[in-house]
Amino acid sequence: MDGFVRVPVREQDAKERATNFKEVCLGYNKEEAENEATRCLNCKNPKCVQGCPVSIDIPAFIQQVKEGDVEGAYQTISKSSALPAVCGRVCPQESQCEGQCVRGIKGDPVSIGKLERYVADTAREMGIKPAGATEKKNKKVAVIGSGPSGLTCAGDLAKMGYDVTIFEALHEAGGVLVYGIPEFRLPKDAVVKKEIENVKSLGVKLETDVVIGKSVTIDDLMAKEGFEAVFVGSGAGLPRFMNIPGEQAMGVFSANEFLTRSNLMKAFDENSRTPIMRPKKCVVVGGGNVAMDAARTALRLGAEVHVVYRRGEEELPARKEEVGHAKEEGIIFDLLTNPVEIHADENGWVTGITCIRMELGEPDESGRRSPVEVPGSEFDIECDAVIMSLGTSPNPLISSTTKGLEINRRKCIVAEEATGQTSKEGVFAGGDAVTGAATVILAMGAGKAAAKGIDEYLSNK
Amino acid sequence: MFKILEANELANNIFQMIVEAPRVASACLPGQFLIIRVDEEGERIPLTICDYDREKGTVEIVVQAIGAETFKLGKLKAGDELADVVGPLGKPSDLCEESIEDLKKKKIVFIAGGVGTAPVYPQAKWLKEQGVDCDVIIGAKTKDLVILEDRFKKVCNLHITTDDGSYGRSGMVTKALQDLWDEGNKYDHCVAIGPMIMMKFVCKLTQELGIPTIVSMNPIMVDGTGMCGACRLTVGGEVKFACVDGPEFDGHKVDFDQAMNRMKLYKTEEGRLLLKAQEGDTHHGGCGNCN
Ligand SMILES: Cc1cc2nc3c(=O)[nH]c(=O)nc-3n(C[C@H](O)[C@H](O)[C@H](O)COP(=O)(O)OP(=O)(O)OC[C@H]3O[C@@H](n4cnc5c(N)ncnc54)[C@H](O)[C@@H]3O)c2cc1C
Ligand SMILES: Cc1cc2nc3c(=O)[nH]c(=O)nc-3n(C[C@H](O)[C@H](O)[C@H](O)COP(=O)(O)OP(=O)(O)OC[C@H]3O[C@@H](n4cnc5c(N)ncnc54)[C@H](O)[C@@H]3O)c2cc1C
Ligand code: SF4
Ligand code: SF4
Ligand code: FES
Repeated sequence: MDGFVRVPVREQDAKERATNFKEVCLGYNKEEAENEATRCLNCKNPKCVQGCPVSIDIPAFIQQVKEGDVEGAYQTISKSSALPAVCGRVCPQESQCEGQCVRGIKGDPVSIGKLERYVADTAREMGIKPAGATEKKNKKVAVIGSGPSGLTCAGDLAKMGYDVTIFEALHEAGGVLVYGIPEFRLPKDAVVKKEIENVKSLGVKLETDVVIGKSVTIDDLMAKEGFEAVFVGSGAGLPRFMNIPGEQAMGVFSANEFLTRSNLMKAFDENSRTPIMRPKKCVVVGGGNVAMDAARTALRLGAEVHVVYRRGEEELPARKEEVGHAKEEGIIFDLLTNPVEIHADENGWVTGITCIRMELGEPDESGRRSPVEVPGSEFDIECDAVIMSLGTSPNPLISSTTKGLEINRRKCIVAEEATGQTSKEGVFAGGDAVTGAATVILAMGAGKAAAKGIDEYLSNK
Repeated sequence: MFKILEANELANNIFQMIVEAPRVASACLPGQFLIIRVDEEGERIPLTICDYDREKGTVEIVVQAIGAETFKLGKLKAGDELADVVGPLGKPSDLCEESIEDLKKKKIVFIAGGVGTAPVYPQAKWLKEQGVDCDVIIGAKTKDLVILEDRFKKVCNLHITTDDGSYGRSGMVTKALQDLWDEGNKYDHCVAIGPMIMMKFVCKLTQELGIPTIVSMNPIMVDGTGMCGACRLTVGGEVKFACVDGPEFDGHKVDFDQAMNRMKLYKTEEGRLLLKAQEGDTHHGGCGNCN
């Protein structure tokens, strides 16, 4: 092999996987991983590291894989990342680490994500755990939300010796990792639960069923329950709708509802007690990761699925791999198309959707070309379900009940990037709650930064 | 896990339970609700908080068994545990926000239908504690389904009406309200809690009578924290999420027909599960009602 082409990763056959919820990508085995590792040039000035938001020492761990030292590779990654099995699966590598890899200039970049996943999965099978705290500090820190930002922040603080409690509103920990991203991309029992157990094994306490702002406020946690610092990693869970006619018809869902029913409540499983609609023909509106997940979930529940997105293929914000997988599975993309109205029958059930064709206009300030309607180009798509996947914004439950916590126009909590410090003393924040809907790895990076910020704050207090 | 300390059947398939849930008990106010899961595989079901004891750290729920989950819940006994109890959710009743002086000037009537009777209780009790009088109309299909009568009598002027006339006044709650109004009770504030169809007709009447009316909406919910949008309804032409913007809304602005329609969403699937739960091992299909 000349080294220009990456070692292909084994995947479940597209036809077969379109009817099940098992993981699509099967990952590398030892031989494949060690082969792929030899493609890394072990650059002196590794560009890939600059592309990784948590600066994993990529060449180092890849050399360790090459030498067959999985434990060493795992400890190298663990210095920077608390959830490698997750990131190896869901990071948009093409625009991060792999996007910068010099191998990518001529040929395929090194499969950094797949190697990271191999290390994490193998370490888990071998029972290797991240190293815990050596010395306990007698200080309590509360972490709100158990998504990637909260888990990372809690894990790092526990390693420093703090007494950490995570408060989670739902009945299960993991945030978007359990309620949003489907099983076929991120197995829950095999991967997510194990990563959460790792965090707990560091001594982190977890209290589920607590909605901060409702069950107890941040002020009370600090004044009455003895927490000296608080990290807010509450995500951006509030779904948007389009406000077009017909949106309240039966068969119109937010992607969050559809995915939560399927993932958190396990409705995809015939034995689950949670009902979910199994559409025959379903339109998913949007083009991000969330839209791809909703579309591929609906497909697996038996639907013919159309993704309706107002920009073009190039502009699809979803990971390239997911778009590719979706196409292979038979999802139909109606690009440069926007919904105008949803129709329902006399009983209120969705019967179809009217869309309009779009063209891309001049680039706007953000450099993205904004779509404009083509007059008179309306057309109908017949369907029995519509899933709205138009993005989400932070939930006001915390900002509206915490005095002195500043938020911006987009309802995001204002926090310093380097430390997570908010406008309120002792309160830090990070992840989607600060940036708006972003990525797992950025949320983790923010959780890490805040753990450092909290440590500095408490050490100087 | 959340321990059940007391469990009683108040009427046929209506159960009252006292559950240990210290965080909910310490923070809740009338009008709010909680979400429970009966067991690890259970659905999340929203229930109104009917009473609470901050010192003991307990909350009281009253639940009507109508589907798979509530049916399971009804079978639990004191000493059993619920997998999850989370809350308090939703906004407290508007009445809690008003000044006591203003409340004392008002003539308030609560209209409670069926299992909606339970959520009215904490509000009437709270008013009593603030020294405010109120009228409560409880409507039930028949005498056996009237619940919490003795407790209500201690906190309000109680009027009971049954559809079949087997107890109290005769007829639906709307008739009772009209009669009371005609008898000279000029109410200036109404709170109606019960089945959506009842709330719809109460609102129709109070609109004619010119009584501002608050209703407590109970659409299908999943998370109860504003994350899924399942609970959305249209109020005054705007989309609201009942779990965070409500559950109480101005009844004259709610689009009831749409809300009632949306309740049908999971009916068929749910019906099947109920059958399965009730018939247990005897349910193998073949009856023609499912599959
Ligand atoms: C369907 C879907 C697919 C995605 N796919 C990808 C992908 O492929 N790659 C990628 O990098 N990113 C992806 N993302 C984005 C990524 O998941 C998020 O950016 C990331 O999870 C944000 O992490 P977080 O910790 O900030 O918040 P979250 O993961 O949202 O976690 C927040 C947690 O806080 C809890 N919470 C909220 N309010 C309260 C409160 N008041 N009290 C207590 N707890 C509270 C919530 O219940 C939740 O568990 C996807 C997102 C979705 C929805
Ligand atoms: C804010 C709120 C407060 C509530 N308070 C109470 C209460 O104090 N006591 C009480 O008994 N019930 C209350 N409910 C209703 C209760 O949540 C439902 O009865 C319960 O979820 C049904 O669950 P199930 O699995 O037993 O029935 P399912 O099997 O889910 O449903 C059985 C039937 O009930 C219908 N249904 C589904 N969800 C609801 C719902 N939310 N309300 C009414 N019917 C529904 C279904 O369409 C179906 O026909 C409340 C609901 C909300 C949203
Ligand atoms: S964490 Fe994400 S960006 Fe960083 S190396 Fe791993 S896959 Fe790449
Ligand atoms: S840039 Fe690519 S080749 Fe260079 S060290 Fe990183 S992964 Fe290896
Ligand atoms: S129940 Fe999910 S948003 Fe209200």
